[in-house]
Amino acid sequence: MDYFAQQLINGLVLGSIYGLIAIGYTMVYGIVGMINFAHGDVFMIGGFIALISFLVLVSVGLTAVPVILLIVLLVSMAITALYGWTIERIAYRPLRHSFRLAPMLSAIGMSFVLTNFSQVSQGARVKPVPPIITGGYTLHEGDSGFVVQLSNVQIVVVITTIVLLGLFTWLVSRTRLGRDMRACEQDQTMAALLGVDVDRTISMTFVIGAALAAVAGMMYLLYYGLVDFFMGFVAGIKAFTAAVLGGIGSLPGAMLGGLAIGLIETFWSAYFSVEYKDVAAFSILIVVLIFMPTGLLGRPEVEKV
Amino acid sequence: MSASLPPSSPFQSNGSEPVGAAFILKKAVLSALVALGLFSLMVGVRTEAGQSGQLEYWTRFGELASLVGAVFVGSIAVELLRLWLGPRGGFGSFVPASVQSGLSVAGRYLAPALLIFTFLVPVIFYNQRYILDLGILVLTYVMLGWGLNVVVGLAGLLDLGYVAFYAVGAYSYGLLSTTFGLSFWICLPLAGILAAFWGVLLGFPVLRLRGDYLAIVTLAFGEIIRLVLINWQEVTGGPNGVSGIPRPTLFGIPLTPGEGGLAAMLGIPFSPTHRIVFLFYLILALALLTNWVTIRLRRLPIGRAWEALREDEVACRALGINITTTKLTAFATGAMFGGFAGAFFATRQGFISPESFTFQESALVLAIVVLGGMGSQLGVALAALAMIGGFELFRSLEVYRMLVFGLAMVLIMIWRPRGIVGHRAPTVFLEKSKSISSDLVKEGHG
Repeated sequence: MDYFAQQLINGLVLGSIYGLIAIGYTMVYGIVGMINFAHGDVFMIGGFIALISFLVLVSVGLTAVPVILLIVLLVSMAITALYGWTIERIAYRPLRHSFRLAPMLSAIGMSFVLTNFSQVSQGARVKPVPPIITGGYTLHEGDSGFVVQLSNVQIVVVITTIVLLGLFTWLVSRTRLGRDMRACEQDQTMAALLGVDVDRTISMTFVIGAALAAVAGMMYLLYYGLVDFFMGFVAGIKAFTAAVLGGIGSLPGAMLGGLAIGLIETFWSAYFSVEYKDVAAFSILIVVLIFMPTGLLGRPEVEKV
Repeated sequence: MSASLPPSSPFQSNGSEPVGAAFILKKAVLSALVALGLFSLMVGVRTEAGQSGQLEYWTRFGELASLVGAVFVGSIAVELLRLWLGPRGGFGSFVPASVQSGLSVAGRYLAPALLIFTFLVPVIFYNQRYILDLGILVLTYVMLGWGLNVVVGLAGLLDLGYVAFYAVGAYSYGLLSTTFGLSFWICLPLAGILAAFWGVLLGFPVLRLRGDYLAIVTLAFGEIIRLVLINWQEVTGGPNGVSGIPRPTLFGIPLTPGEGGLAAMLGIPFSPTHRIVFLFYLILALALLTNWVTIRLRRLPIGRAWEALREDEVACRALGINITTTKLTAFATGAMFGGFAGAFFATRQGFISPESFTFQESALVLAIVVLGGMGSQLGVALAALAMIGGFELFRSLEVYRMLVFGLAMVLIMIWRPRGIVGHRAPTVFLEKSKSISSDLVKEGHG
């Protein structure tokens, strides 16, 4: 039971990270109908920028951990958002009216560019950081000596996720931008006729998605204490799986899917085999797409002829 | 997704904006500022784990400045180029019609000329082992490209996990020959059949998926196969792979020195080049087989059904074409050729490991098919030559070549989305495709 509780905590934390990435996939799919294949690499870039800004801040003599974390968060969100904007501008916008495979292939190309750009600019080796947030609470001590722990990092990850999700939900449901986004999602032509700047709205979608991916990247860095240039690929596919599982196009669905994938992966590693945890996640993707293509919270896609 | 929106590509200036020196300069300054933002931390600061495992960093402002400067100059150059090419500067408009027709005439003779040259390569470059090896590599990718072309180019099913079938073929031969001692010529068809079987196995569940979803599922499938190869140590040898895979024989005659070898039987002195030349002709024969089968299949009802499926799945169904068999045969045929290529790869290398079957490999083969113009046999061959040859040319710049590869993929999608070399038009098409209204051009309708 204690073991189960510990895995539950770990799974929820991992799931929060996946959920943050999954929102980027689901938003972009909702609005332009393409899988942003490079989104996993945007997450990786976010992690790198968090790492570098953290190093620089520490070396200039800042010691207050909350201040450092806040600045790192803002810097990595801002710069990664700029990446998202640039990617959309360069690789996707010219292809919006092209044939249907073109954006996908362009996105694959962009993913290679980002992966290899960070390999070239930062080297191929794994970058470890010492634990930034230490300590934690012991929730329960079992008879067998097994301790259920909730570390401070885990608390930070979950709370940051919740706060950002609240902010994001407010943005989508209450602001002008959110209304424009929902309008573009339903009918771009009509939205344009009613005075919505479609290009700007799509750009903003990419910017917000990238900013959330940057948060996920920073959380990953805090939680696992390392980044490397290849981490975006697998994380990206898993987050996409989460988006599909939750129902692509649905924002609460993406978070729910993220949590589900995080839990499944953690429990699979805990009770079956660590080696096959990725196989489990990828199999879920295939199974969901076959038997439940609309996901948990998605709307059925009506095929127009 | 709607066609009636005003085009808003940055590669088209819409005429209303004054394109003057000030405009160009403003755009270049903006681009340079964006570049400064993008590269400030990623390039300006370099991190590395130091001796004690502690992360260290140093600054590289020189590189940062030169990159930003390059973006500034590049932006001005692109703007000037666009001015020069006119408002809708496409490359098509820049080649005169007479040159284009001349090119198409040359194109007709290109394929036979290329084929004859390929046959002569081992004769001309007999003493240059490097060129022969490179030729074998190019031909392997030509074969893979032609195999994937059946799935992507003809049937229009975007397959990102093609390397899985290549792996199945390679491991089939590797394991069958090292475990049961079966010879290459028995294993080759077996590898093809096994790969085709896996193709059908993948095909069944994804029958209902289309477009992007299909791409992601095939990608996941490819990764699953690779992960199983890594982790199922008892059978596949795990990350260590399979080694000691037997070399191919000329229908039972080994290409070895000494008694019973081909050289001894023919009474000529032994040379290791014999085996390379043999491998060259072997992969050439396999590639030509792929090409021949594809061309023949295209003329059969199934080939027509593939092309119809590529153009419009719903219309296909309405015409009574059996989507299930059409898709499954496409997957199986493509996978079979992938399996053949895999078996060849195993016998050529003598050693296989999961590292050879990563997603990058799938993307490379896909890029070859896309650059070749999705459906054009000659285009795929030329694209393979250009890509693999290009990779070899930039071998010294190892770390940059995947970066350039990715950039090239993006740029080609923007400039020539239907491929640089050419593209095979559907046999029947609507003359005025522009008049289709926006709600008809949703996903799955080409």
